[in-house]
Formats: sequence, C-alpha cells, structure tokens
Amino acid sequence: MTSAETGPKIQTRNLDFYYGPTRALKNVTLDCHDRRVTAIIGPSGCGKSTFIRTLNRMNDVIPGTRVEGRILLDGEDIRAPEVDVVELRRRVGMVFQKPNPFPKSIFDNVAYGLRINGWRDRRRLDEVVERSLRGAALWDEVKDRLGENAFALSGGQQQRLCIARSLAVEPEVILFDEPCSAIDPIATAKVEDLIEKLKTRYTVVIVTHNMQQAARVSDYTAFMMLGELVEFGRTEKIFTAPASRLTEDYITGRFG
Amino acid sequence: MRKKKRNDLKEAAIGAFFFTSGILAVLVLIGIFLTLLATAVPAFREIPVGKFFGHSRWDPTSPEKAEYGLLSMIASTLLVTAGALLLAVPIGIAVAAYLSDVAPWRVREVLKPVVEILAGIPSVVVGFLGLVLFGPALARLFHTANGLNALNGSILLAVMSLPTIISISEDSLNAVPKAYSEASLALGASRWQTLVRVKLPAALSGIVAAVMLGLGRAIGETMTVLMATGNARSFPRGLLSSVRTMTADIAIELGEAPYFTTHYYALFAIGLVLFVMTFAVNLAADVVLRRYQERER
Repeated sequence: MTSAETGPKIQTRNLDFYYGPTRALKNVTLDCHDRRVTAIIGPSGCGKSTFIRTLNRMNDVIPGTRVEGRILLDGEDIRAPEVDVVELRRRVGMVFQKPNPFPKSIFDNVAYGLRINGWRDRRRLDEVVERSLRGAALWDEVKDRLGENAFALSGGQQQRLCIARSLAVEPEVILFDEPCSAIDPIATAKVEDLIEKLKTRYTVVIVTHNMQQAARVSDYTAFMMLGELVEFGRTEKIFTAPASRLTEDYITGRFG
Repeated sequence: MRKKKRNDLKEAAIGAFFFTSGILAVLVLIGIFLTLLATAVPAFREIPVGKFFGHSRWDPTSPEKAEYGLLSMIASTLLVTAGALLLAVPIGIAVAAYLSDVAPWRVREVLKPVVEILAGIPSVVVGFLGLVLFGPALARLFHTANGLNALNGSILLAVMSLPTIISISEDSLNAVPKAYSEASLALGASRWQTLVRVKLPAALSGIVAAVMLGLGRAIGETMTVLMATGNARSFPRGLLSSVRTMTADIAIELGEAPYFTTHYYALFAIGLVLFVMTFAVNLAADVVLRRYQERER
C-alpha cells in the first residue's frame, strides 16, 4: 500500500444510472486516484459492476439505459459529445469477471488491440506482445506456445492473458470487474500480485466480492449498497474504523 | 421397486422407438440412393461414360442419332448456382450482420420472421416473378430479346436461398458469446471492427453451414430455373445466355421419355450426378466445419 496522495484520475459527480425505469446508481460521487488501486465492495446487486462499467461506457451497448451526472477522466467529461468512445476505451481498459479470450492464438489475443489500430509490423508486434505478457506475469508460461489457442490455457492463465491484452494498448486506467470470481485461489493470488505491480503505472479500479481481496490490494475502498455510495476512504480506515454502521456490519460479515 | 421396473420398461420402449425412427430414416435414404443407382447405371450400357460427361450435345429424341452429352447442362447448373451464390452470400451475410448487430430490437423482431416467411414462397411463384418481372427488366437493361437467361435464374435462386443464409447466419452471429464482443469493444475496437474481426470469425462455422444449405437448395431447385432461364440446350456462353439446368431437363423430359429406354435411364443418370454434386457440397461443408471446430478447441 502506498501512502503518498496522488491527484484524482477519474471522478464521478452525482452519477445516476438507469436500466429503464430502475435506478441502479444513485448520486455517486467518487474520486479514483491516479496510480492507486480503488476497490469497490458491496453486496450483490449494489451497483458496483454497473458503476465500473460506466467508467468506460460499456453500458452504452445495453439498450434502454441512461446515465445522468458527470464522469471525468483527467477532468474532462467522458460523455461529452466530442469524446470518441473508441478512444476512451483505449485509455480505460477493462478486465471482465469471466476470462474472455478470443478464440484465437495467444499471440493474436494480445496483438488484437494493436492490430485494430492498424499495426502490421511483425517485429513491433512481437515486442509489445512480449512486453504485455511479461507485464501480466504470463510470459514464462506461454513463451514457447504463442501460436496455441488461448482456450488451451487454464482459467487463471486466461485471465492473465486478458490482462496482457488490455496492457498491450497501453491504457491509463484498468478496470477489473470481479476478476477473480471465476478462478482458483492460487491463480487469484497471482492476479492480486499483478494488480499490486500494475498500480505503479496504471490507475486501477477493482470491483470485488471478496473483502479480504479489497483489503489486500487496494489503497482506497468504496462501499456501496443499493446503488448508493455509503462510504469511501483509505482502505485501512474503512477496514479498521469505518464511519458508517452499515460499512462496519458489512465488513464484519453481518450481512452480504 | 415396481415403479422403477415400469419406468425402466418405459425408458427401453422410448429408446427403441427413437432407435427405429433413426434407422428407418437412414434406410429410406439408402433405398433412394440404391434405386437411383440401379436406374441410372443401365444408361451407360449404351452411352459411353466419356461421351456423357465430355460432350455438350443433348438430343435424346433425334430421329437420326440420339445424343447424350451432359456437359452443357452441368455447366449451366454450375453457372446459375455460382451466380446465385455470388449474389446471395454477400447480401445474406450483410443482412444477417445488420439484424444481429445494428438493427434496433423492434426492427429485428419484425424483420427476422418476415425473412423466414420468404423461405416458404412456392418456387412456382418465384419463377413467375422471374418470368414477368425480372425477365423483362433484364431484357431492357441488357438489350436482349428476352430476359430468360442464366442471370435471371441466378437472381431468383439468390432470392430463394437468402432466407436460409440470412436466418442461419444470424443465428450463429447471435450465438457468439457476448463476452467476445465486450472484450473487443473494451479494447477500443469499433463496432465494425468487432463484427469483422471477432464476431464473423467466431460465427464462421454457422455461416459456412448456411451458405452450403443455400447452395444445396440452389443446385436442386427445379421449377424456378425451368421457368426463368429460357431452356436453351446449347452450351452457355455467359450469364446472359439462355440455359437449361440438369434439374430443368429432368422435369421437362421425364414425362415424355418412354419407360425403360436409354433416354429414361439417362435422366436418372442426371439425377445421380445431381445427387453426387449435392453430396459433395455437404461433405465439403462438413470437412470445413470440423476442421474449424478443431481449431476452435
């Protein structure tokens, strides 16, 4: 955990989100600090996944949804009309709950984000693929079989492959949506180590069900319930001296 | 205990029923094939195989010398089918992509059933459209005497195979896990890039199957081409020639051919050739699919 304060990278201001008539986020105002890990915890259905998916506008693809309020990346509104959502998603990468590699080779998976940007030069692709796989602590396990289908990897390896795939496009922020919920404890430990390393270069936001995980990897923790942000602060404070009774009840396992 | 025994009996009966149904279907197919084979082979007692496939003059009722050269009809069938695919595949995939990726939910809910209903239009009706609608239009467009030619047949066959191609391609595009497109979008790919680089490749097996089914229908289709392609027996010189396909020839001549004559057997031989062609198409589709699925695993 890092103690020095850094500036905000992502800020939400009075964020509301609606699925049709259902209000899934209520007035969420939150800062995610630059090159720090912010964990979002809360019981199922509290809106934490919805929240993280608004940060790269992944919810745009769901019909019948609506966002109100402001989401700022480096102080600029990501929903402003001049913002290109494609460009936004290059800056704000995402790793999903279930590992979702493409049905392509390991190499092609990592190279995907580069190729859609028009990269053709094999040498440069090789370089970035290696760097990304190293960055995701997967290189040593796959360097001899980059041409193999990604589905041949174990679940934990697939998840790190997905992380490598995000790293390849050099985002500024990486969003993790419960990245360990579908993989085993050993793989989870590896992903957690990785997140710890990633924050030296990237701003990380992680949604997790697992409070120990939040305590282990994050610098800041936000506790959400029923679409509202109940409490936000330094992780050690949230877990040792929460201000809200609700937070305390949740982290001590009284409900959730 | 007794109840279990009764259940076991029921299970066995159901099993036997489905087994018999399955076997029966296979037996019927084998029977058809054998009948076809048995009726086709006698044709070659009088027609040399080389002549049957290598010559393009077909005139079985000539008073001087009957000719049994199938080549022009094979060429016609291939020409009309290829033309149909050339039209139907790009349009079909584009429509499928539109329906699965672009169309608002409501449009899709209306359009997809409509497309599927198109598959039910009787081929005579489609042929009629070719005769009175596309034919004259083509004639005007290309300044020919009439529009009854291979192109007309191709257009109609394209129309007929489109519902199959669209419907099955759309199903397979929709079956691509949402996680793939989400992953692609999250990496900063546009919707178009996601479609072309992730969804289409992932759906390829289904799309190939769709095209093959459409192709199967196009090769075997009779009434439409019979009505719309002009029925000239000469070797086709291009899409604007009048042609007679193998199917059309069988339909035209079988009623006139006296039973158990060389002509009669020769028509069955054409049927056998058609059978082999469609079989080859299906086999090829199967091989492609299997190879693809293996790679996927």
